[in-house]
Amino acid sequence: MEEAGFLYQALVFLLAAVVGVPIAKQLGLGSVLGYLIAGIIIGPFALGLVGQDVTDIMHFAEFGVVMMLFLIGLELQPKKLWKMRMPILGLGGLQVVITMVLLTLLALAFDLHWKMALAIGMILALSSTAIVLQTLSEKDLLRTDAGKSAFSVLLFQDIAVIPMLTLLPLLATLPVETSQSVGHTDLEAWQQAGLVFAIISGIILIGRYLVRPIFNWIARTGLREIFIATSLLLVLSITVAMQKVGLSPALGAFLAGVVLAESEYRHELEVGLVTFKSLLLGLFFITVGASINLELLMQSPGLILLLLVSLIAIKIIVLMILAKQFKMSLIENMLFSFALAQGGEFAFVLFSFASQNGVLSNDIISLLTVVVALSMALTPVLLIICEKLIIPRLSFGKERREFDKVDDGETPVIVAGYGRFGQIVSRILRSQGFDTTLLEYDAVQIDLVKKFGTKAYYGDVTNEEVLRAAGADDAKMMVIAVGNQEKTLKVIDLCHKHFPHLKIYSRAKGRREAYEQTKAGADFVMRETLGSAVILGREALMGLGYRKYQAHRTATAFYHYDSQHLEELAELWGDKQYVIKAAERAEMLEAVLKADQKDSNAMRRAWNTPVSLEEEESDASELDDNAKGRQSGSEAKEQPEEKS
Amino acid sequence: MTTRVLLNLVHPIFEKSWANQAMLEAVKDLKYVKVNDLYEEYPDYFIDIQREQKLLLDHALIVFQHPFYWYSSPSLLKEWQDLVLAEGFAYGEGGYQLAGRRWLSAITAGAAEDSYTPHGFNNFSADELLRPFEQTADFCGMEFVKPFVLYEAETLSHSRIEKEAERYRDYIQGLATSLGLLEQSEEEAS
Repeated sequence: MEEAGFLYQALVFLLAAVVGVPIAKQLGLGSVLGYLIAGIIIGPFALGLVGQDVTDIMHFAEFGVVMMLFLIGLELQPKKLWKMRMPILGLGGLQVVITMVLLTLLALAFDLHWKMALAIGMILALSSTAIVLQTLSEKDLLRTDAGKSAFSVLLFQDIAVIPMLTLLPLLATLPVETSQSVGHTDLEAWQQAGLVFAIISGIILIGRYLVRPIFNWIARTGLREIFIATSLLLVLSITVAMQKVGLSPALGAFLAGVVLAESEYRHELEVGLVTFKSLLLGLFFITVGASINLELLMQSPGLILLLLVSLIAIKIIVLMILAKQFKMSLIENMLFSFALAQGGEFAFVLFSFASQNGVLSNDIISLLTVVVALSMALTPVLLIICEKLIIPRLSFGKERREFDKVDDGETPVIVAGYGRFGQIVSRILRSQGFDTTLLEYDAVQIDLVKKFGTKAYYGDVTNEEVLRAAGADDAKMMVIAVGNQEKTLKVIDLCHKHFPHLKIYSRAKGRREAYEQTKAGADFVMRETLGSAVILGREALMGLGYRKYQAHRTATAFYHYDSQHLEELAELWGDKQYVIKAAERAEMLEAVLKADQKDSNAMRRAWNTPVSLEEEESDASELDDNAKGRQSGSEAKEQPEEKS
Repeated sequence: MTTRVLLNLVHPIFEKSWANQAMLEAVKDLKYVKVNDLYEEYPDYFIDIQREQKLLLDHALIVFQHPFYWYSSPSLLKEWQDLVLAEGFAYGEGGYQLAGRRWLSAITAGAAEDSYTPHGFNNFSADELLRPFEQTADFCGMEFVKPFVLYEAETLSHSRIEKEAERYRDYIQGLATSLGLLEQSEEEAS
């Protein structure tokens, strides 16, 4: 049992997730609720499949929360963060302080020592970053005003954990446990402060000056798994470092994310970590579910229910009043208040910290742990109630308001593949003021263009998440210049499935690829050699003595008719008829070009040029004659070239 | 059958010309008017001769709406004339296929009307300066009708331009009526 422990536990957790989450989704409950319920079922108090030490797993699973904040940090450039300073400080600060005071008063009403009451007030004032952000993003509400405000509050709470960790030991009333604790150090206060400062500046400096060269180096190897491993290593290092000094690892990771938000590896980092984040978060939710002590709930259901209702009610009321003060619309207000009305995962951390420091007794802690876990489990339910029951009544039959789009400088055009081809397209677009987001999978190429002051993002364009992260949801057009047919077709397919509003302009090597891309649904396909070949043909005609206008007109005519035929023939591609039709078209094109040449001769004839019709139509030597005739005019210029 | 009005719009920067936009707006919803925007159709000056000739054959009144660049047209219209009004089609052996059709030049000019007089700085009237078009129409056996000229196209107020555009619409409607186009299209509609 001990040997098979890890695999066995993994089996149980994965089974719970794989069975529970799809069912919850089908029932419209969202994945978070699915995880929580699955956790309750496999937990020690129901089926008891995962043993008693869920807290150990929870510590590991909290890494998911850390990664989530890292990814959120990646989304926020320092400028955007600075813009949010008002809601973070104002809304977040007021929420924490007011809720803390009210909860402390409530605890005092239960005849607790004021120090205990204050500790409880502080710990319960925090909300659950994991549950709120996951639920809101699943409902696509993160970009709304409510979502942004909720995020600000959560961010402030993460910061508030730091002073709480320093304050809690001062509130001790009980004998201190002697176990080694998470986030507790034996350093003096000033040493602690110095260390905190050192680590935070370390994160910023390393993020800015060391991480990019490392990623660059890794990206050059082209080993995707090592790239992801490096990303994981980065986040893990921050987590460990922050825990060593007793800071919030989530906050540290968030900071690192912000530092890297400007980096060209941003999109790729997101994609690499997002799967791990989701799985670990799921694991975390399962452990929260599993830690709901059903025995305790059976013993004193009345008390737990009372505490649960009070906690949620106080939070909702405070949040509603604040939202009103911050002038949120009624609907936004409701969403915001219902979303944040729960205890958070930091409560678990702070509870064990408080226990180790002799601030709270274990009786109180296990009781409140149940309350916090239940409040977290209720959040998705509360949001469903809010969305399905309350908001429809508020909007008085009006249509639901469109979600606010975050105008974060995303660009109208995404250029996939910033090689020789993509560069020209992008430069033309930019010259006319259309910003382009450039995605490139070759680190060497990224380096090269960076020297010229252009920034291309490192990312695999055949990945839906990369495209999404590059702003495909808001862009107008996708230019695919990756120079690889398989990839191109994949991107066209992805766009059709997930971003059908995008116009697709793609590049093909030749006719065959162009057919395939047209069939796949590209709006415009350019054969990469066509343009330059047409120009070479034009120059060749000039070299043979054509005047430039005629050469140009012939080449342009070829380009136009050939492109037109391509469109018509694309439908027949793969059909038996194709070869016959293609040959027919090719013949037709030549005939048309000849006729066009004749027409312009006719035009010339009209103005008394003494060339008879018979001469012109007679034979193939016409071209030679004409060429010679035309050449004679510029003999002086041409002759030296003939000799060479 | 020869029917209706073909409006060849020839303006390289149409998106910036209030006057030409207003004129087009005023007539484009007339049922019997077909708009052919040459700079939109042939950005690279590669004119599809057959398409253009077919269009001409399908219409009775041909309007050329363009700014009065250098007492003439933007260059694309000249290219169009050179290629489309070819021997064997517009004139010469097997030609004169456009005979009997009406040619209307609709011009926007930057200067005021009184500058187009013997004493104004343009010395000649717009009608005189449009003689090459008149003679081209005549050479092809087409009837050159009195040109429509919108003066001070760049300086007129919005409301004045609107009025001019209405005058343009009335003029084209009048010509269409005289050609019996109006009745025809109404019959077709009914």
